[in-house]
Amino acid sequence: MWDYSEKVMDHYRNPRNVGKIDDADAVGSAGSLTCGDQLKIYLKIKDGIVTDAKFQTFGCGSAVASSSMLTEMIIGKPVSEVRKITNKDIADQLEGLPPEKMHCSVMGYEALEDALKDWGKDEYQDLEDIRAEEEKKQKIVCTCFGITENVIWDAIKQNGLKTVEEVTNYTKAGGACGKCKGLIQDIIDTYYKKEEHQKSDGLSPAQKILKINTIIEKQISPELQKDGGDITLVDIDGNRVYVKLRGKCSGCKNSTLTLKAFVETSLRDAVSKDIEVIEVE
Amino acid sequence: MDKKLVYLDNNATTRVDDRVLEAMLPYFKEEYANPSSMYEFAKNPAHALREARGKLKDFFNAANEKEIIFTSCGSESANMAIRGVLSMNKNKKHIITTKVEHPCVLNLYQTLEKEGYTVDYIGVNSNGELDLAQLEEAIHYDTALVSIMYANNETGVIYPIQKISEIIKKRNPQTKFFVDAVQVAGKIPIDVQALGVDLMGISGHKFHAPKGVGALYCNSKTIITPLIIGGHQERGKRAGTENVPYIVGLGKAAEIAQDFLKYEATEVKRLRDKLEAGILKNIYNARLNTGAAQRVPNTTNIGFEYIEGELILLHLSDLGICASSGSACTSGSLEPSHVLRAMNVPFTAIHGSIRFSLSKYTTEKEIDYVNEVLPGIIEKIRSISPYQEELAELKKLKTN
Repeated sequence: MWDYSEKVMDHYRNPRNVGKIDDADAVGSAGSLTCGDQLKIYLKIKDGIVTDAKFQTFGCGSAVASSSMLTEMIIGKPVSEVRKITNKDIADQLEGLPPEKMHCSVMGYEALEDALKDWGKDEYQDLEDIRAEEEKKQKIVCTCFGITENVIWDAIKQNGLKTVEEVTNYTKAGGACGKCKGLIQDIIDTYYKKEEHQKSDGLSPAQKILKINTIIEKQISPELQKDGGDITLVDIDGNRVYVKLRGKCSGCKNSTLTLKAFVETSLRDAVSKDIEVIEVE
Repeated sequence: MDKKLVYLDNNATTRVDDRVLEAMLPYFKEEYANPSSMYEFAKNPAHALREARGKLKDFFNAANEKEIIFTSCGSESANMAIRGVLSMNKNKKHIITTKVEHPCVLNLYQTLEKEGYTVDYIGVNSNGELDLAQLEEAIHYDTALVSIMYANNETGVIYPIQKISEIIKKRNPQTKFFVDAVQVAGKIPIDVQALGVDLMGISGHKFHAPKGVGALYCNSKTIITPLIIGGHQERGKRAGTENVPYIVGLGKAAEIAQDFLKYEATEVKRLRDKLEAGILKNIYNARLNTGAAQRVPNTTNIGFEYIEGELILLHLSDLGICASSGSACTSGSLEPSHVLRAMNVPFTAIHGSIRFSLSKYTTEKEIDYVNEVLPGIIEKIRSISPYQEELAELKKLKTN
């Protein structure tokens, strides 16, 4: 038995805003009969405000609860605000969903996105970006469930997913034949590489030198001193960090290991993944 | 609302019969000796163990008590039979099974495939019946083992074990035949000699013994290596101090089940048929997933088109009714039942498939209650489905 919250149970027992709006201003759908869950959402929008929302769902308890909660969350809200709603917001409003059921909240987000896709696109968006985004949207990663790259990308971004298993729980991708698991891993890797890249780009060369120096002086050196050794920073050239080892450490057989495993990891974790530590005599 | 419990999930597990529990209790309390010990105090447990073995021999209609091995569960029985046969026939690397076996067997075969075995999976038709021609063709000189369940846990469809046994003997008399009989124990008579099987596994908790005990029939012509190595228990085939109270319970349950087989075939079947007929008559989007296939008397598997199974179960559960579903959502696996997929149950119905499994404890009142409340539940779920047009079409078709 799933550990559903009271909120989830209340919403699947008494779903709100069930039905169809015949003269809807926006209609969106996500999922399919083959996949085992499908959601259709109908919106009435007036003066940029969602005045009414209804849904029809084929799916499990948490799918119905997510759909029902979503309609409650958007009625009366301006479209600009509704657009910001993520699957995580839906799950949070439901006081959480079991990990294996997170894809139900993603379905809500997808249907909403689908409904609003033609509704007042951001004016300043670069044409190139739009094109690239559209292309990405159409690239299907998981053929069993028809999950596209952007759905996976968004799920990783919004929920901080780190493993293929988590992505499967949130989006269903990879949950059937599993052939796309490698592709999903690639997307995860690309996402975090990009994030890393953005992070390291945030530091100017001077800031980077300062940061490396501080970490060596305040963190690494005291650690090595505990074992009767020490470390001095000699030079920094891009991502290459030249250090000198003193005391018990120098000449010690384990010194290379110490350098690689400890100094390098510390610096890589704190500053940049690309840092290389080189010992000088 | 009074809190009712209508338990219609007896293929998952069953209630322990009071008489079984009664029979077990002395072996927890007064008669706790190790049956292998050499004193008077161990005599009663040792005797109880022998007696239980005799009851299981009768239950299987085995030729000899020595052919009964007590295990901890159905999965152990299956693992022991399969691994045991294969390691005695190391030069043979081919196995045949079905696409609709229980996961405990299927997952083992996936492991064996990684270990270098070739496994052929026999398919089923839309009623869930095995393709015997495919089976016959698959058997060859290298086939170490054929392993087929007696009846399917999800659909209740019975496979023609005797016929299969004849096919195997004709094609390769050296090939061993293991039957996973977990879902027929206590439901239909078992006769291993007439069926001509080499090994057969059962599990106690599916027929009113407790969880944690099972048995494997292994005929005297079949030599297997043990899975658990240690002491001399079970004639060296399964080490570990015998679980006397549970084995006594299993023996008692087997004895009671023998007496109840007629009741299963008549009364349980009548109630199952009544439930089934009621559902198919009152609910226009319901379909029987097994067609005219021969089934165990207690099981029905019904697909409710254009609605999803977990939601049906949740609403049933709110009314105290327990059943199970082949839907993807209930298992957390994201994929609907491998059994229903192998049968090519249409996608409109596969996610909304519900299994009801009765027992001797099921009453007419309970069945009437389910037939009374189920149409309302289905109607409620249908009303939120995005497939209103398809449903309307279906309704028109059914009512005409």
